[in-house]
Amino acid sequence: MTTTHTEENNKRVPLMKTIRENRVAQGLLLISPANIYLFLLMVLPLLLVVVLSFLSRGTYGDVVFKFNPSNYTRLLDPIYGRILFYSLEVGIETTVLCILIGYPLAYYIARAPARQRSLLLFLILVPFWTNFIIRIYAWIMILRAGGFLDDVLQWAHITQGSLNLLYTPTAVMIGMIYEFLPFMILPLYSSLEKIEFSLLEAAADLGAPPWKVFLRVTLPLSVPGIIAGTILVFIPALGMFVIPDLMGGAKTILIGNVIRNQFLTARDWPFGAAASMILMVLTMVFTLYYTRKAGFGEDLLV
Amino acid sequence: MTSDYAIELRDVVKKFITPEGNELAAVDHVTMQIKNGEFFSMLGSSGCGKTTSLRLIAGFEWPTEGEVYIGGKPIGHTPPYQRTVNTVFQSYALFQHLTVYQNVAFGLEMEGVSKDEISKRVGRVLEMVQLKGMDRRRPKQLSGGQQQRVALARALVKTPLVLLLDEPLGALDLKLRKEMQLELKSLQQQLGITFIYVTHDQEEALTMSDRIAVMSHGKVLQMGPAVEIYERPTSRFVADFIGETNFLEGKVKSVTGEKAVVTIHAWEQELTGIATAKVQAGDDVAVSIRPEKIQLIEEPVTKQNSLEGIVVRSTYIGSDTHVYLDVRGQTIKVWDQNRISTVDPNAFYRKGEKVWLSLIPENTVILPKD
Repeated sequence: MTTTHTEENNKRVPLMKTIRENRVAQGLLLISPANIYLFLLMVLPLLLVVVLSFLSRGTYGDVVFKFNPSNYTRLLDPIYGRILFYSLEVGIETTVLCILIGYPLAYYIARAPARQRSLLLFLILVPFWTNFIIRIYAWIMILRAGGFLDDVLQWAHITQGSLNLLYTPTAVMIGMIYEFLPFMILPLYSSLEKIEFSLLEAAADLGAPPWKVFLRVTLPLSVPGIIAGTILVFIPALGMFVIPDLMGGAKTILIGNVIRNQFLTARDWPFGAAASMILMVLTMVFTLYYTRKAGFGEDLLV
Repeated sequence: MTSDYAIELRDVVKKFITPEGNELAAVDHVTMQIKNGEFFSMLGSSGCGKTTSLRLIAGFEWPTEGEVYIGGKPIGHTPPYQRTVNTVFQSYALFQHLTVYQNVAFGLEMEGVSKDEISKRVGRVLEMVQLKGMDRRRPKQLSGGQQQRVALARALVKTPLVLLLDEPLGALDLKLRKEMQLELKSLQQQLGITFIYVTHDQEEALTMSDRIAVMSHGKVLQMGPAVEIYERPTSRFVADFIGETNFLEGKVKSVTGEKAVVTIHAWEQELTGIATAKVQAGDDVAVSIRPEKIQLIEEPVTKQNSLEGIVVRSTYIGSDTHVYLDVRGQTIKVWDQNRISTVDPNAFYRKGEKVWLSLIPENTVILPKD
């Protein structure tokens, strides 16, 4: 009874029959929501940017459909080379400092008693409750001449006069580290927390003093966390423009600022798109090279 | 001069604070001497303090009171990496980011042994544990039994004074476990290294050990060779924990030398047995009789130490028949060996059948009641 019913259905809807019998069709159907999602939200916008980067700017800042490769040749100007190089430098510096500051913190949280651990992780996430811009303004209040930091240091007789930190590369670095540190700590924590305590005991048992236990066991086993953290920090740090804008004054210009300026101030969308493409390619090359280089952690990445 | 004892624990206490804030003595005034070249087992159920004792020797814990001696010297707070003992962990604790070879070489690298020497010694020990040709694999690519061998090789390559094994066979299936038991034992005899073996499996302990310490609630209840532990338990706990036994309640009537006469309450009958611990006339005692040591007979030769019973249940298990008897209101289990091959159902005890039990004084152990 049921069989005849389904057979009738199959006759009426041949597509259903194909799907039921064809494994490839089944697979395609099942993966299509993800594919549609990827196409609409990633491939399509990306293609738009690629196309845009080869078009021309109209007189009033509009986009003219005329092929124009000069957007890319304009980027060969040494000034942009310098900005790109400086952006890379800031990105790498931010990442390295985040690792150096974040590692001990993540290690401490991972080794804390289970009950304190969730509280500490919670504290790492608390800043996200406040708007990013407001937190940056808070830093401006702290760092500005005659601000909180100056007051405290003078009160403690450590310095005299203002440090004049705000609107310097140092201020930008402070802002960058402040913003990206949680993205380094969380993946580091998750890979450190996974390291079984018995492994550290085993290393000690085999004759390794604590510092060697760290170098030979803890550090290599936390490589997946370092890689994940680096990707999460380095990529957005490369494209960051808010912090250099607000905390670096006009003095510190990163590639992110260039792109933003082209889109919003100069109204040269094609040139901004070209700069975005360069940034993306650069990021991809850098990330690929980095993950390959740190390859011995690859099979540990879940 | 080195001591006769590889390891000595003198009145060692280790206290922990429980999450509720109470103090708990995981190891409670333990004293034991482990001889050089001995296969010594610590046997007990979980939480008896056996693993903590092992960790005290390894240096992962420090005693609250008392002192641990390694090679005759008090070891104090010497950290694990400076102790001449090595551990095989229950979870194996292999380094997943290193190959089999690198895992085994780790301990030698820490000692600063030369590369050539490391390669020679690692090769030798991998051959010994039958892992030749596996040196480039990662631990994840090995079976449980092979991982166990890597853990063993990694500790043995350092030629420790004492090898500490924390339930190393716990994760293996039964057949592999039996094989590894024999292999470990022969390895130990071949190398002459002192093994301290922690297990909750009494059969494992009986099979491999020269001596066994039976532990419960942080205390050593009895220490001695397997035969002594099984045949002459000194406490009710040990008699119960090792193998199976029948317990009868009674009162001591008289004591002569190591033998004692006990009146069994349930039967109002006197039994003669061996008192393994100190008892006096008038003491309440427990009498332990192993089920395989009771003989079933058609007619008693003498009335002394003989009792009549009725078969309640009889289970054929191949080598033996497990017979449960009602002896004047007390259930007694008897393992009757199937010495003659037959398929005739009448040859086995059946429910309701009357039979005599013969108890010899040597098989009757009198223990303090506790």
